[in-house]
Amino acid sequence: MGNLIEVRNLQTQFFTQDGIVHAVNGITYEVAEGETVAIVGESGSGKSVGVMSLIRLIPEPPGKIVDGEVNFDGQDLLKLNEEELRQIRGNRIAMIFQDPMTSLNPVLTIGRQITEALELHLNMNREESRKRAIELLELVGIPDAAARLDDYPHQFSGGMRQRVMIAMGLSCNPQLLIADEPTTALDVTIQAQIVDLVRRLQNELGMAIIWITHDLGVVAGLADRVLVMYSGFIVEEGPVDIIYGQPRHPYTLGLLRSIPRLDLGRQKRLIPIEGLPPDLLDPPKSCPFAPRCTFVIDRCLEENPPLMSLGSGRKSACWVDLSDVEIYDTSADTQVEAVV
Amino acid sequence: MSEQNLQQASNASQNTGADEVLLRVLNLKMHFPITRGIILQRQVGSIKAVDGITFDLLRGETLGLVGESGCGKSTTGRAILQLYEPTDGEVIFEGQDLTQIGSGDLRRMRRRMQMIFQDPYASLNPRMTVGSIVGEPLEVHKIGGSRREQQERVQELLKIVGLNPYFINRYPHEFSGGQRQRIGVARALAVNPSFIVCDEPISALDVSIQAQVINLLEDLQSEMGLTYLFIAHDLSVVRHISDRIAVMYLGKIVELADREELYENPLHPYTQALLSAVPIPDPQIEKKRQRIILEGDVPSPADPPTGCNFSTRCPQVMDICRQHEPSFADVGDGHYVACFLYDEVQPLNAEGKPVTVAA
Repeated sequence: MGNLIEVRNLQTQFFTQDGIVHAVNGITYEVAEGETVAIVGESGSGKSVGVMSLIRLIPEPPGKIVDGEVNFDGQDLLKLNEEELRQIRGNRIAMIFQDPMTSLNPVLTIGRQITEALELHLNMNREESRKRAIELLELVGIPDAAARLDDYPHQFSGGMRQRVMIAMGLSCNPQLLIADEPTTALDVTIQAQIVDLVRRLQNELGMAIIWITHDLGVVAGLADRVLVMYSGFIVEEGPVDIIYGQPRHPYTLGLLRSIPRLDLGRQKRLIPIEGLPPDLLDPPKSCPFAPRCTFVIDRCLEENPPLMSLGSGRKSACWVDLSDVEIYDTSADTQVEAVV
Repeated sequence: MSEQNLQQASNASQNTGADEVLLRVLNLKMHFPITRGIILQRQVGSIKAVDGITFDLLRGETLGLVGESGCGKSTTGRAILQLYEPTDGEVIFEGQDLTQIGSGDLRRMRRRMQMIFQDPYASLNPRMTVGSIVGEPLEVHKIGGSRREQQERVQELLKIVGLNPYFINRYPHEFSGGQRQRIGVARALAVNPSFIVCDEPISALDVSIQAQVINLLEDLQSEMGLTYLFIAHDLSVVRHISDRIAVMYLGKIVELADREELYENPLHPYTQALLSAVPIPDPQIEKKRQRIILEGDVPSPADPPTGCNFSTRCPQVMDICRQHEPSFADVGDGHYVACFLYDEVQPLNAEGKPVTVAA
């Protein structure tokens, strides 16, 4: 399969009163047609800004995409004008957001909000677009879709609203669906419904997905590949089995170790990542993870490691070889310094 | 809630032998009125946020209270601490029924029980320094001594929760989320409580920071012998920290058991669905797992279904579930469940009295 989208050295910064926030510091990756790529990171890691930059949804000012290329079907999206970009946004690249309550317009009916995109991008008339909207709502599992078309967002529950958002995202048969933490605001049983739904829709419709999340669990059963972001850099990248089975970056390792797992016997003690992420106003010249890293060596403090290939599709930005490190310590006592 | 249930609840505590019951919650109800009209408000219904729950909390243990949003778990925590005035039921803490005592006595009792809130950004006053936030309970309860002694105590508390004692004059905005939550913990500890309600203390924090706060809470418990009611929606975290776990659905506890028992042998169909929905960070396991996908949404607590509250979404629903409410019965070794799939569970009528149903 060919690459649907290629991101090259993307850099996004915010110019604020306090200085320049280095949100995304040169990230390079690609997404193949029909592929699901998960971007995992904590708040402030640049995962959302990095993906929003692809379709230039960054408020300018204060934000600015200072460098990079985004090749989508032979075009550099960063060089298109606003009019050309509108032909792509919501049409060939669609997006669903975290909070379905704030991303739906409360004073328009659900039907109006879905048909708007259909009339704009696919030149449908009222009747056609209404018919298509009903189909879409049925596709995402909203019961009695024809009657609910004239309801307002507040008349739907959180899970149902997210289904409406997905229906809107899919309305123009996008080639790429960007999902920015679409289940974070939902309860676990509803989250399971939505993940199940997205997986089914992808099988039927074959679009590529970029799924942004902070929760390593949600994407484990969903993603083909995983990118781990920290402090505006991609620090690790690889096929999903390899990332979860044998992480080669200390940050990925730390994330996996710091969350309790439902299926394992009780871990004696969680191993947190001590310290805090670096200040993006004044990012260090060293490896950004070095101050929190337990594997740190001298070289880490002098030189920020680039994302280096380790074979079989995996890349890691770390000077240290972690190939012998087990994720979960199986020995009885895990010796860690107490926080107190 | 039936007499029988109350009997069972007290049996449960006797079974545990020497363990001391610190807190006993009996048939606690918290209904919020729905009113209509602007000047002449009349009540047209009520939101049954918590609708008759019973459990014991032993000294030094952690009871996890899990459920989805709107199930009443936070309301339970607040009603126990009398931050709301419960509609009905008893909350017996260290031998005293908190729902019956006067405001002066209640204030004295508040020294013994504290709360850690969910959102460390919203629960700290941005205009107060860390010193005055942590020191305020000392002043309110007049236990701090002189200003000098108070300051020493605050610095000691900051050290206990892993913050630099020199931060005493800083403001909340100068701290990260994890550090703010530590300030919240320090404030709760200031009055030397024996019981702390932790209301989703880590859900607003980043993943790598969550483990820091969980470890802190565990360390404090083992050093100070604290008792926790740990309210959360994240079952993985609750499993990690709790000794026993209660699962809530729509204002009622549907299952309560020891941690390992609940995870290895969940009895209630809701618990089973909830456990199967929790994602596990392992692609090999995730690809093989069979999820129980629940249909539909949680019904409104203003208009709960007749019979079992879960009957509208239950994959194993039977006729009796739609007619009668199940009792909350011990099915062995302190494993309580409210579901007609189990013989020990009796049907209840609308008044909560057992009824006999022809087989």
